[in-house]
Amino acid sequence: MNFEFFFNNLPELTITGLAFGAIYALIALGYTMVYGVLQLINFAHSEVFMYGTFATLWTVIALNAADANGIKLIAILIVALFASMALSALIALALERVAYRRLIERDAPRLIALISAIGASFVLAELMGLRDRIAGWFGLEDDLSEYVGKARINNSMAGTLEKPRFDVAGVAISSIDIIVIVAAIGMMVLLDQFVRRSRLGKGIRATAQDPETASLMGVNPTRTIQVTFLIGGLMAGVAAFLYMLKIDTTKYDVGFLLGVKAFTAAVLGGIGNLRGALLGGLVLGVAENWGQALFGGEWRDVIAFVLLVLILLVRPTGLLGESLGKARA
Amino acid sequence: MRRNKVVGLGAVVLTLGLSLTACGTTEDGDGGSDAACDLKLAFFGPETGAAAGLGKPIIQGMQLAVDQYNDDADCDVEMVKYDSQGSPDEAPSLATEVAGDESIVGVVGPAFSGEGAAAGPIFAEAGVPTITPSGTNPGLSTNGWDTFHRALGNDATQGPAAAKYIKDTLKAASVFVIDDASEYGAGLAGIVEKDLAGAVTGTDTIQTGQTDFSTTVTKVNDKKPDAVFFGGYYAEATILIGQLRDGGYEGKFVVADGVKDPAFLDAKDAAEGTIITCPCIPDTDPAVATFAADYEKEFSEAPGTYAAEAYDAANVFLDGIESGIDNREDLLAFVNDYDEKGITKQLKFDKTGEPADVHVYAYTVKGGAIVPEGEIK
Repeated sequence: MNFEFFFNNLPELTITGLAFGAIYALIALGYTMVYGVLQLINFAHSEVFMYGTFATLWTVIALNAADANGIKLIAILIVALFASMALSALIALALERVAYRRLIERDAPRLIALISAIGASFVLAELMGLRDRIAGWFGLEDDLSEYVGKARINNSMAGTLEKPRFDVAGVAISSIDIIVIVAAIGMMVLLDQFVRRSRLGKGIRATAQDPETASLMGVNPTRTIQVTFLIGGLMAGVAAFLYMLKIDTTKYDVGFLLGVKAFTAAVLGGIGNLRGALLGGLVLGVAENWGQALFGGEWRDVIAFVLLVLILLVRPTGLLGESLGKARA
Repeated sequence: MRRNKVVGLGAVVLTLGLSLTACGTTEDGDGGSDAACDLKLAFFGPETGAAAGLGKPIIQGMQLAVDQYNDDADCDVEMVKYDSQGSPDEAPSLATEVAGDESIVGVVGPAFSGEGAAAGPIFAEAGVPTITPSGTNPGLSTNGWDTFHRALGNDATQGPAAAKYIKDTLKAASVFVIDDASEYGAGLAGIVEKDLAGAVTGTDTIQTGQTDFSTTVTKVNDKKPDAVFFGGYYAEATILIGQLRDGGYEGKFVVADGVKDPAFLDAKDAAEGTIITCPCIPDTDPAVATFAADYEKEFSEAPGTYAAEAYDAANVFLDGIESGIDNREDLLAFVNDYDEKGITKQLKFDKTGEPADVHVYAYTVKGGAIVPEGEIK
């Protein structure tokens, strides 16, 4: 174990861990909200995120961000953020309509919905991975080669952004990491307040507690479920945008690993619990970095998942417990 | 889970494709040549998947050799492709399929070391002669498979060459070694680490598919090495070098043949100055000039990494078929005794299947292109 390195670099390891953990947390929200309302694990949520990363990438290519700078670059990035949120939200809504609504209306067992989710996940990922062939059906693969050309390998927007670092008391901090952490926590606070205070949020919590009573009280369950998926999609879109700022690179199956990690973060914090998702994401991100620093890169995932098991042994419902419904107004 | 589904689909498509091609008849040779008819050579490696970029030049190099042979032959040799996606998980079932088709007399591949290790025993058992144009893990030739041959230097020669370059040309006093825990990457990094011994100030391992390397970057910055060596493939290398440069690392970045792919240039400015070692002959080398011209005419692009090696490998088999061999056993004996000049090197294999004649070259990324720098001697 390398304690000397660990303690010498603790601030940097923690900040980079928090930054990636914040991205986990934003994705984890989608899992946790849907679980809170429907007691269903939406395994296709990782693909919602993946489409968001491509929306960012395509906007950057289409608006030629590589040659832009200053105000123009910032404007392009804002457009990319909205495009990413819009596409992710759209995919999430389509997912709800196609893969879940009928099953939920018919009161199908949760296991069936789970299989439906896994199926939808394959379809969405492969549609992206085969986009060059799909464009080919319409004879567009040459016109769109910038967008569909590298269907099954990494797609990169590296070089678009300068990522300056600055020194704070001898610790080099990347500006992107700060942006990611601040943006993610800001979005979380907004969402938390929305669910606690707004009318729609009250409906979500009521449906989570008891769907039948909620509908007797005038809450439209279908609408509420739609809003839940919409919010999960929007957050995944923000996560996708921030991920692209930090990593620059995406691929049709990028959602798989991140989805597993984000789901882990949701369970770690207490699935169904919004604040739990944030805490779980940040803890997981930092644990991975610390684990790698202490034991070496091959132990990164081992440390993270041993931590998960230990925490669940002591607190079976996660750090903050499961409770979207019980959140107080 | 995800993978298997794709494989399943791939298998169906493949079987369909095979049954279709089986219907195509080959006209019978009416004397003239002794060459047997209805023989096939197989490509084994990634045609799709994350590493498809490395598979393409190999497929095209082999295709060129087969096409040129067929132009003059009475009996066409058919080239069949077995798409492993470069994955060791999928290799055994594909290898069994190859072994089951008696008309396949030779295999160019497996392209990668990991899949080579997984498929090797099956080929050895069935007696299918294989020549890999790109699998460089030294362990592959130590299993006693008499079917195994390699048309290029292995990592036991590439590793020391990379170490030599770091020591003599870069004159780096401190080196940080990173590997991707793959058969290929970890093996290569281990050799470099051993060869540089005292100069290695730190090591780290990443995982394939990982995208956030911040801890590795912190580790590198903690040591401030003159050079970083990475043993792995381009998918991770592209992201890793970007994050290293963003993280303020200013030393040299040295990688091996697994990164020699145009996709690595996606890292843009961060990729500049990267040194790539490769036992593959540059397409500007006079020895491969005719081949390079033919290749460019056929596929309208310059020959990629290992295209020339694949061309050589296929030609060893084709020479055997031309001499009238029509079964695996005789072809295997033919390959074992082969000693002719290929375009990349003198093609002769020792008892374990390693080439007798080996060269390693250095390349640098300059102005957004991978430029040959010369042989590492």
